[in-house]
Amino acid sequence: MSTIDYNERIPNNVHLSDNKTLQRALQRWQPAFLGWWKDMGPEDSTKLDVYLRTAVSVDPKGWAHFDYVKMPDYRWGIFLTPVEGERKVNFGAHKGEPAWQEVPGEYRSTLRRIIVTQGDTEPASVEQQRHLGLTCPSLYDLRNIFQVNVEEGRHLWAMVYLLQAYFGRDGREEAEALLERRSGDADNPRILAAFNEKTPDWLAFFMFTFLTDRDGKYQLAALAESGFDPLSRTCRFMLTEEAHHLFVGESGISRAIQRTCEIMKSHRVDDPAKVRALGVIDLPTIQRYLNFHYSVTLDLYGSEVSSNAAAFYTTGLKGRFEETKIGDDHQLANDEYPVLDLVGDRLVEKHVPALNALNERLRDDYIRDVEAGIGRWNKVVEKAGIGFRFKLPHKAFNRHIGTFAGAHVSPEGKVLSEAEWTHMRGQWLATEADREFVRSLMGRVAEPGKFANWIAPPARGINNQPLDFEYVRFS
Amino acid sequence: MNAPAELVNQHLIDPEICIRCNTCEETCPIDAITHDARNYVVKFDVCESCRQCIPPCPTGAIDSWRRVAQDRPYTVEEQFSWDALPEQAEIDRGGDEGTPEDVVRITAEATAGQGGRVAPPWSAAHPYQNLYGLARPAVATCSGNFRLTGEDASSAIHHIVLDFGKTAFPVLEGQSIGVIPPGTDAQGKPHFVRLYSVASPRNGERSGYNNLSITVKRVTEDRDGNPVRGVASNFLCDLKKGDPVNVVGPYGATFLMPNHPGSSILMICTGTGSAPMRAMTERRRRRIALNEGGELMLFFGARTPGELPYFGPLTKLPKDLIDTNLAFSRVPHEPKKYVQHLIRERADKIARLLADENCYIYICGLKGMETGVEEAFADACRDHGLDWETLLPALRAQSRYHVETY
Repeated sequence: MSTIDYNERIPNNVHLSDNKTLQRALQRWQPAFLGWWKDMGPEDSTKLDVYLRTAVSVDPKGWAHFDYVKMPDYRWGIFLTPVEGERKVNFGAHKGEPAWQEVPGEYRSTLRRIIVTQGDTEPASVEQQRHLGLTCPSLYDLRNIFQVNVEEGRHLWAMVYLLQAYFGRDGREEAEALLERRSGDADNPRILAAFNEKTPDWLAFFMFTFLTDRDGKYQLAALAESGFDPLSRTCRFMLTEEAHHLFVGESGISRAIQRTCEIMKSHRVDDPAKVRALGVIDLPTIQRYLNFHYSVTLDLYGSEVSSNAAAFYTTGLKGRFEETKIGDDHQLANDEYPVLDLVGDRLVEKHVPALNALNERLRDDYIRDVEAGIGRWNKVVEKAGIGFRFKLPHKAFNRHIGTFAGAHVSPEGKVLSEAEWTHMRGQWLATEADREFVRSLMGRVAEPGKFANWIAPPARGINNQPLDFEYVRFS
Repeated sequence: MNAPAELVNQHLIDPEICIRCNTCEETCPIDAITHDARNYVVKFDVCESCRQCIPPCPTGAIDSWRRVAQDRPYTVEEQFSWDALPEQAEIDRGGDEGTPEDVVRITAEATAGQGGRVAPPWSAAHPYQNLYGLARPAVATCSGNFRLTGEDASSAIHHIVLDFGKTAFPVLEGQSIGVIPPGTDAQGKPHFVRLYSVASPRNGERSGYNNLSITVKRVTEDRDGNPVRGVASNFLCDLKKGDPVNVVGPYGATFLMPNHPGSSILMICTGTGSAPMRAMTERRRRRIALNEGGELMLFFGARTPGELPYFGPLTKLPKDLIDTNLAFSRVPHEPKKYVQHLIRERADKIARLLADENCYIYICGLKGMETGVEEAFADACRDHGLDWETLLPALRAQSRYHVETY
C-alpha cells in the first residue's frame, strides 16, 4: 500500500520523496506511531477539534500555522533547520573539521545512545500527561497541553528520522522500541527516572513543563552544537518548539500564584489551611512541588564527574550550552571546573578537570535559567504585597544520582542524618496529603472564557485570540 | 521650518509575559534583538518590523508596540531596566488605558455635567492620546509667556506658549495636556499632574510650528478665599522664555470640534474655560477662505473687560465669523450680568441652534455656571416650542453636548 502521498502526510524539508529506502522505513513506522498515539496519547481526545500550531515549513511564517486540527490528523513532520554554509565541528578533538553529514563509524553506538535517550523522553511525557485533559482548568489550558503533546510527538518523529536515516537496522529497531517502552511500566519502563514519575495533576504538569522540559531545552541546546550536522539541525528546530512548553509551565504556575495571591489579599488570610479552604493552592504547597520537580530534574544531568560526558565532548558529539558564544579554546584539556563534594557531613567545593564536569556545568546553566523564572514568580507575589518568596532548594537536596545519591541534604544545604531527613521531608517535598488536596481542586472547566477558581486567566490568548475563544471544540 | 518629528510604531517585548526563551533572538534575520540577564529587547535603529519573530514567539510578548516620536524611541538601556512595559498609547483605541489615575479622575469630575461619557462629534478628527506618560514626559520649552489680564485685575491669567521642538505632540482643539511641576511635595513625592486645555488650534499656536498654547490662571487662594500658592500655576506663570516644562498627554477624546462643512458651534465659557473656545475659533478663523459655512456663537463671562482673557483679540474678530456675547458681573455702575442673562436675551438664536442638528454645544468654566446655563437653555426652549427635558438627552445621544467644568 503506498497510496499515501508522503509529502502531503509528512511535511518535511529533507527531500523524503528522493529517498525511497527511508520513505519505506517511515511508512512502516507511521502506523505503529499512530497506534501508540491512540493507546497512549491524550485520553478521549481523538475527536476534538483543537486550535493547534502546526509547523508546515521551517521559515518563520510556515512553522506557526494555526488552525483547528483533530490530533490524530496533526501533520507530524520532519523539520531540520536549513544547512548553514560551511558549518564546522566547533569543539573537541575534531574542532575545525567540516561538520559530519554522515555518522562517523567509531561514534556510531555512542551517538545512537544519545539520540535514543533524548527520543525516549518525548513519548514518555505524553504518556505521563495523558489523563490531564479530563481535569483541565480551562479550554485555553486544554489546548496548551494538547499542543505540548503533539509537539512531543513531533520531537519523537525528529529523533526517529535520525535513527532511521542514519543508523540502519539498529536504528529501525530502536525506533520501534521507542513505541514499546511505557512510562512507569514495571517491566519495560522509560529510560530516565523522571520520565517514569506520575504527572497526576495540573500543578505537577506545569512544574514538569517549567522544570523538566527545561532540562530538554538544555540537552537539545548541547546537542544542537553537535559535530553531527543532522542532529544539530534537528535539535535547533526542536528548540523553537520547546519554548512553548516552557511558556506553558512558567505562565501556568505564575497564574496559579497570582490567583492565590489575589485570594489571600482580598480575604486577608495567609494561613495555608485558610488559603486552601478558599479553593486555591497555598504558596508553601507550590514551593514543595517546586522542590520535588526541581530535584528530580537535576538528576537528569547525570553525575557531577563523568567520563562519558568528557568523551561526548572530546569526540564532538555533544557541546556545551551556547558553545560557540563561549570565549575559550573549546578543547578544555587544561581547564578546571568547581563541583560540590560530600566530605563527612560537609559539602565542599573541589576543582576537577573541566572536561569531566560538563554535566555539572550544564546543570549550573540550567539552574541559572530556573532562578530567573523563580524571580519572575516572586515579582507576582511581591506585586500583591505578600511577604512570601519562592526559593530554589540547594542542588544537593533530594538527589538520587551522582555524588549526593543516598545523602540527606536540607533545602538550605545542611547535611542531615536519616532520622532528621525522615522527620522533615514532609515539610520540604509535596506529601500525599498535598497532592490529594491539589487533586481535589482539579475539576474540568471547559466553557470558553471560564477558568477554574485556582488559576488566573493568562495575560494574552494564543495567537492573539481572545480569552473566550473556543480553543477546543467538542463535536 | 520647525517641523515636528513623525510618530512611529516602536517594536518592544513585554517583560511581564516574556519567558526569555531566546526564540526571537534566534529568529531575527538582522540581529535586532538582544538580551541581558534581565530582559529581551529590540534595537529600534536595527529593527525593520519584518515581523518574522512574531509567529515563533510562544508567549505573544513579542507582539508589543508603542507609538513614539521617531527621534525619541525607548533605548535598549531603558528596555533592559523594565519590569513591565511603560504605560501608554492605546492611542488607536481611544480608551483610558494607560492614562494616569489623576487624569482619569479629573476628567470624570470635569465632564460629569454632560451626563457621563459621550462620544465626540461624528466629524471630529481622530485624537492622539497618552503619547507621553508620567514615567517619560515630553519636554517642551517655553517660547512665550504673556499676561492676558490687566495689572489691576483681581486675577492674573497668562497665555503660555510651549514649543516641542522635534518632539511630536499632536493635539486637537478641546484636548488637554498635563503639566508636571518640577520638584517634590512636602512628603517628598513628585507633584500631581495638572491638566490644561489647549488654547491653540491643531496646527500650532503659530501656524505650521510645533507649538501650542495654554491659558493659566495664577492660583493665589483656594475656593474659600484662603491664601494658597498653586504649585503648577505659579510655576507656569513664572516661566521665562527657554525654560523646560515636562508635559504628559495629550488627553481627551470627546470635547472635540466638528469638522464637517456647515457645522455650527455654540460656546459658553468663563475665565480660563475660554481656552478650548479660543482654539476652536482660531481653527475656524484660519479656514475662513474655504467658505465652509456654519456659525460660531460665543457667550463669555468675566468680572470686567480687564479680566477677560483674550478680550482684545476677541473684539477684533470679524462679526460674520463669530457672534460674541460678553457678560461682565463687576463693572462699576452697571448691573451684574452673567452668561445666562445674555443667553436669555438671545433666546431666538439659541433655540434655533439647539434645534439645529449641525450645531454642537460646548460649556467650559467654573462648575457653578452649569445650572444657570441649563436653566437659561430651558427658558429659551420653552419660549420657542421646544422641551429642554427631552432635548437634552437627544443632544447627549447625538454627541452634541459637551461639558468641562471644574
